[in-house]
Amino acid sequence: MLHTDSLIHYTLHLADNALILSQRNSEWCGHGPVLEQDIAITNISLDLLGQARNFYQYAAILIGGTASEDKLAYHRNENEFKNCLLAEQPKGDWAVTILRQFIFSAYQYLLYRQLAKSTDHQLAAIASKAVKEVTYHLRWSSEWVIRLGDGTAESHARMVNAIQDLWMFTGELFLPAPYETEIQNQGIITGVEKLQQEWITTIENTFSEATLALPTDTGWMQTGGKTGRHTEYLGRILAELQYMQRIYPNCEW
Amino acid sequence: MDADTIQIKAAWKILEQVADPEVPVLTVIDLGIIRHIDIVEHRLQITITPTYTGCPAMDVMSMGIRMALLENGFKHIEIKQVLSPAWTTDWMSESGKQKLKAYGIAPPNTTQAVCTPQSFQQEESIQCPLCNSYHTQLISQFGSTACKALYKCDDCKEPFDYFKCH
Repeated sequence: MLHTDSLIHYTLHLADNALILSQRNSEWCGHGPVLEQDIAITNISLDLLGQARNFYQYAAILIGGTASEDKLAYHRNENEFKNCLLAEQPKGDWAVTILRQFIFSAYQYLLYRQLAKSTDHQLAAIASKAVKEVTYHLRWSSEWVIRLGDGTAESHARMVNAIQDLWMFTGELFLPAPYETEIQNQGIITGVEKLQQEWITTIENTFSEATLALPTDTGWMQTGGKTGRHTEYLGRILAELQYMQRIYPNCEW
Repeated sequence: MDADTIQIKAAWKILEQVADPEVPVLTVIDLGIIRHIDIVEHRLQITITPTYTGCPAMDVMSMGIRMALLENGFKHIEIKQVLSPAWTTDWMSESGKQKLKAYGIAPPNTTQAVCTPQSFQQEESIQCPLCNSYHTQLISQFGSTACKALYKCDDCKEPFDYFKCH
């Protein structure tokens, strides 16, 4: 059934976004610049992991049969993952991590607020729960963008580099994949493209306080993650994330 | 009272003994995570709502609920998790808030305009749980568990946890 297929794809897309970014951020565990920020970034990872679990559990129900949250996270291949390219990019330095979190949280905040009104009650319930957590992520990452952008010459330069590295992955956030268009036509979601203007305003406001310029020439936007065409980095994350289940399939402890 | 009502009342009483593993002064009742207790086809059905999406204590609390009920003679127990309506710290009991404070954690303020994404917004005024001063400052939005933020008291100089509004 096409209806359910698109909804499953979309739910997996939301789950994959959260799981992959959670995994990326967790690379900072024990390596954060100061203890409080190490704790903050790993708290954010934990929130994202919780969101991923909720979405995977729901996808497993929609798929039916023997599907489970663990199988969806650990047994799928790279080309089956539907996360945005932004989520899988390397953690880089603290500026890259902060900028990505800010860009992503600003997007997720608007997306979840919209999704909380979805006609699909489970998606709406997960989103209205998660948006409370994302509010904290957005505040925290905005404050760091300002602190680094309006900080020293070094921190400012690193933020400028981070913008250069990551901006090309922002276009994809607002470009609906075929499964998104499908469920949008069915009235289940409102559509990501409607969020872009408010998102850019959020980015612009924080950037201006951070003395950072919004890229004027947006240039080429990389796409493909939402439909399973990824950068080389996703394979490496999965190699680490799925290692145990690949070596000992279905192992439990 | 019919048999079902008596059982449900007994179950509520038992759950007063089940503590949050991360903040052991609070019970699951204090936290306000128990939404309903019903008897459905001779099974005791407990409906709980998670505090934080990724909170690892939720699994432990579910297990604690099951264990406590089993120990007290309930045999057929079903624990159902619902996400909607989303849990809020406003559901925490008044006695729970008092217990938190006595334990050295500042209890959550009532949910208010503070939970907004604006950066560097005016901070909530949080009372130091040790010396009751409002002369405190935020150290970090994120603390040792998902539900807490780190503060410092400028009067007694002690650092403390704040159970953040959610």
